[in-house]
Amino acid sequence: MVTAIFAILFYAATAILLVGLGMRIALYARTPAPLSIPTTPAPTSRGGVAFRVATEVVLFNSLFRSNKWIWLLGWVFHAALLLVLLRHLRYFLEPVPQWVVLIQPFGLYAAFAMVAALAGLWFRRVAVDRVRYVSAPSDHLMLALLIAIGASGLAIKYLAPTDIAAVKAFFLGLMRFDWQPLPADPMLLIHLLLVVALMVIFPFSKLLHVAGVFFSPTRNQVDNPRERRRLAPWAAELERNNR
Amino acid sequence: MSKKEYEIPSVPACPEELYTPEVQPGASESVRSYPAAAQHQEPLGFPGEIPDDWQDRALTRMEELLTRSRSLRVYLESCVRCGACTDKCHYYLGTGDPKNMPVARQDLMRDIYRRHFTPAGRNFPSLVRGRELTREVMDEWFTYFHQCSQCRRCSVYCPYGIDTAEISMAAREILDAAGFGQKYVNEILCKVHKIGNNLGLPGPALEDTLEGLEEDLKDDTGQDIKIPLDAQGADILLVTPSADFFAEPHVDGLMGYAKVFHQAGLSWTLSSYASEAGNFGMFIGNYEQMKKVAERIRKAAIDLGVKRIVVGECGHAWRVAYSFWNTLAGIGHGADEKDEYARALQAQLDPNYPVPQHICELTYDLMQQGVLKFDPTANDHIGLTFHDSCNVARASRMGDMPGGQMEIPRALLRASVRNFHDMADTTIGDATFCCGGGGGLLTDELLDIRIKGALPRVTALRDVMEDKGITHMAAICAICKAQFTKVLPYYDLPMDTVVSLHQMVGNALRLDKGEI
Ligand code: SF4
Ligand code: SF4
Repeated sequence: MVTAIFAILFYAATAILLVGLGMRIALYARTPAPLSIPTTPAPTSRGGVAFRVATEVVLFNSLFRSNKWIWLLGWVFHAALLLVLLRHLRYFLEPVPQWVVLIQPFGLYAAFAMVAALAGLWFRRVAVDRVRYVSAPSDHLMLALLIAIGASGLAIKYLAPTDIAAVKAFFLGLMRFDWQPLPADPMLLIHLLLVVALMVIFPFSKLLHVAGVFFSPTRNQVDNPRERRRLAPWAAELERNNR
Repeated sequence: MSKKEYEIPSVPACPEELYTPEVQPGASESVRSYPAAAQHQEPLGFPGEIPDDWQDRALTRMEELLTRSRSLRVYLESCVRCGACTDKCHYYLGTGDPKNMPVARQDLMRDIYRRHFTPAGRNFPSLVRGRELTREVMDEWFTYFHQCSQCRRCSVYCPYGIDTAEISMAAREILDAAGFGQKYVNEILCKVHKIGNNLGLPGPALEDTLEGLEEDLKDDTGQDIKIPLDAQGADILLVTPSADFFAEPHVDGLMGYAKVFHQAGLSWTLSSYASEAGNFGMFIGNYEQMKKVAERIRKAAIDLGVKRIVVGECGHAWRVAYSFWNTLAGIGHGADEKDEYARALQAQLDPNYPVPQHICELTYDLMQQGVLKFDPTANDHIGLTFHDSCNVARASRMGDMPGGQMEIPRALLRASVRNFHDMADTTIGDATFCCGGGGGLLTDELLDIRIKGALPRVTALRDVMEDKGITHMAAICAICKAQFTKVLPYYDLPMDTVVSLHQMVGNALRLDKGEI
């Protein structure tokens, strides 16, 4: 019974996440950027722009210039999350690749770092009057959700161990459409339920910044308006009708 | 109006001590633009009165803009409320009103967007703070989207490059469509369509003014320096903000350009039809208006048969010219084979020069080629610093290299003045602070916020005045010049502290034709 519920939940959540995010990305890609608006100084070539966007995605360049505390907490959180996610690949891959084995211990430290950074971000959100002012209930809930996911994961590791071989069998089974039993340990189920919630919320929330960062015209446009005429389809139509 | 009516913020000793104020809700809520009357709405195609179905119109326009512009959609959906931008806006730093924090300004629209356009906001409005588009919201928009100078400083610091200027332009576009226009900008747009420039200076008056200036130049230099108007077949069309024709210190800049053209022996002209570089269409985010205004330049260029188009000292005008003219009116290079509209003008333009070209680029090239010689001792009574205009620094370029918009003006000033010092690093270049009067805020009823918004710039300026013997600050923007001239006296600085860049160039330029 538990197995069936979670199997269905995961299928549904994965579908919502992929379709939802895919539709968002398609919408962003389809919507024209009618004017040249890079924040200058901006690169004058495609390669330069790729580098600019890459430094934003990997190093959070602008945030570093902006506020060292938010940068530190934000960057540590994201880097740690990445490690933790990579560490979890061992539940989905058989055989487990060597590099995934190698990062296991780091992934564990990362889990602590992630929770600590999230706590720091939450502290800022409450303690700094400006950030408190702009925060909506959903901003607090998002942090709570992420912290709960991290904490429940750590709890499984240290306080309420589960049969991870069975967990792996469950996920491999999901991927092969050959369901295997999921251990009914409460902490595990909580952890998984929260992850499902996160996946479902993703395409409807501010987590869309993951896609937005690649589509931001102030960052991804080449600075060449004098050399190239940019014309959105609707603007071209306007021009035709006007003449 | 006496100075006493405004509360003047105290100026810290140096930019490092410009502390971020505490959140003071409502601190600037009473500072409001005048609404536009029917006579300034209808000619632009906006409703003259607030119609009964204003809400439908606003939402319809919003939906249209969401499909027209990627930036609006992406920026409304991507903000994580990290707070990195909260202390970056000069209006927040000057007032402490939390709705002047860039993210909170965006949220004025984002809350509406969530409520009306997203499943999360429709179903769980209290969770994500979705908000119905009511009259109060419109009033709040009208207030706070006219306390944003669209300077883009926030976009530099946001991890996703979220540009509040894009949001505030869209907001004003929606306000206009629903009948909530702002008088200052819309009145000026009407003038430019009717008369050809923002100041409403008709052709004959312009001709008189220019003759007067030629006489001044003669008295000043002993030489016949011309300021040609409507000279058919000239090589260069100069398009400059109309304030250059008579406001101080703008007009000294215009005389500086004339000296440059004269000394280099270039054939140039102004146009009475396109006697305005400014394009206030940008401030209301309206593509059609922007295009209409830009097309005046296109027509003038075609009619006069010029080969080059040069733009005078103006920040937002240079943004529109550099970044948008090619798109809006085909004023630029690189049009498609099949793009007849753009080809019509491009065929006539000289491919060896960038189009449009900034007057600073032109002067700089001539200096590099040795055509112009400078004698900086002519400016020895001056200690100079330079105010980067937001639209030039963060929304355009000069020269071939990124950042040329910072370097080229400074190279010209260093050649013209021996005592030149920059203000603090955190207040110049792409981190520059707005003068406080940009983006359609240069109107008297907003003086309170203009004074307060100037605080960060004034702090940095005072600092170099005290430490480095600086006496003047050069600007390359008509709005910056007008704003500082008006606002600096409230901070007990002389109004003539601000000068035109080409005024400094003009002073230092050696006009003797003999061996130099
Ligand atoms: S810096 Fe960008 S993401 Fe952060 S709160 Fe401001 S607008 Fe939102
Ligand atoms: S664009 Fe400038 S004025 Fe507007 S919110 Fe950003 S920093 Fe403030």
